[in-house]
Amino acid sequence: MLNAYSSVILAVFAAAAAGLVGAFALMKRTILAGDVMSHIAIPGLGLAILWKVDPLVGGGLTLLLGILLIWHLQKSTELSSEAAIGVIFASSVALGALLINSTEALVDALFGGFGALSWDQFIFGIATSVFVIAALWILRHKLIITLFSPDLAPSAGIRVGAVNLYFLLLFGLAILVSLRFLGALLVGSLIIIPASAARQLTHSLGAFLTTSMALAVASTLIGFYLSARYSLEQGATIVVVAAAFFALSLLVPKK
Amino acid sequence: MSPVLDVRDLTVVFDGAAMVKDVSFALEPGDAFAIVGPNGAGKSVILRALLGMIPYRGTIAWAPGIRIGYVPQKIDADRHLPINVKNLLRAKAATLGLPANDIEEIIGTVGLDEKILGTPVGHLSGGQFQRALIAFALLGKPSVLILDEPTASIDKQGEEQVYELVHRLQDSYEMTVIIVSHDLNFVYKYASKVLCVNREGLCFGPPDEVLTPEILEKIYGPHKYFHHFHHPEEEAMKHPHGHA
Repeated sequence: MLNAYSSVILAVFAAAAAGLVGAFALMKRTILAGDVMSHIAIPGLGLAILWKVDPLVGGGLTLLLGILLIWHLQKSTELSSEAAIGVIFASSVALGALLINSTEALVDALFGGFGALSWDQFIFGIATSVFVIAALWILRHKLIITLFSPDLAPSAGIRVGAVNLYFLLLFGLAILVSLRFLGALLVGSLIIIPASAARQLTHSLGAFLTTSMALAVASTLIGFYLSARYSLEQGATIVVVAAAFFALSLLVPKK
Repeated sequence: MSPVLDVRDLTVVFDGAAMVKDVSFALEPGDAFAIVGPNGAGKSVILRALLGMIPYRGTIAWAPGIRIGYVPQKIDADRHLPINVKNLLRAKAATLGLPANDIEEIIGTVGLDEKILGTPVGHLSGGQFQRALIAFALLGKPSVLILDEPTASIDKQGEEQVYELVHRLQDSYEMTVIIVSHDLNFVYKYASKVLCVNREGLCFGPPDEVLTPEILEKIYGPHKYFHHFHHPEEEAMKHPHGHA
């Protein structure tokens, strides 16, 4: 069994990944998609709890299904991605609530904190976070062109559909590693809030990306500390700290 | 000379309606090819089909080894994006594996100052934005440059400068240029071939030969056409910009 510090280390890596994914999602104007996407994990968490397997395995599987479904809907129908995601979101929450018939397990799935951290999970979490950050770094040029104008992408040899799928998958992985701490309801906020605050505070791409990551990590660390010190709900504390950063960022006059 | 582009019976159907019907044309290397027609005539649709961005019927045959640069009509980018001109050009240079100093070179070629590289794309004027997009298209030294109404969001003076620029770039880069334009003055001055469309192809060939009064009247209506010929200095042939 791992000690409390390993949880903190894992949370820092997960937060950095979430902050970077959030920065790109904000520029791509798909940030709400991520918030809603995390809810797709709920039925999977429910089934995993029911069948006594690792909740993240269940959550990850339904998340993957949801991502493929969203990607397909984005490509093939007239529905905007928002509408598509809305449909999947609502049905996921309903299905999850039906499957998880223990109130305690449902609260864990929604707000985080489920299960003790094993070595396997620790290593998987760190490796996944590093992978998400590295992959976004490699993809960044293609992402920038695609989010600026999908029309310009083909003439630069970029396949927009593929870039969008990779991004959704990385988004899903970032959600998955933070799910443990924040739960399905709150995990999206670690993607949205630090990126939004960083956008207020910065004027260049490099500064925006690093500030978003730094604010996500800082919110997590301060949240861990405050929740331990005052016996508060961990996930909720992290999100409130992030929200406080955002509120402060609004006070800074924007050029 | 073998054609750089051979289009036969191009038809594009959206929701059961033909936006473009049975359009054919062929271009030689070095052609300056203008597509003219009223709003909604399918001009942009033809470009999008040429770029492989939409499904179509008929054949579009590019010569092998063609590299295409594309300047879209309108970019619906967020004005508050924290992306500057350098980020954008660098993204394309890196994607194509080009050296970083290509960016400084290209920004001068389109008549922009290097200082503009640090400007967020949302802070550029209409003319600067258009030039930055042309610079983006030129990265990778395209053999064909496709422009969709490059002057739609620019004032009259800036418009002429952009057309002059395109003409100059065509010579120095030895490109074939395909351009959707509302400006018949430009077409007469620079185009080697013109395609008139109104969903169907109405004419194709050198502007002086094929832009007959009958054709012009068919495309633009009698009033505007006569006005143009009596007062060429006025921008009477210019229509309010819109999507084709």
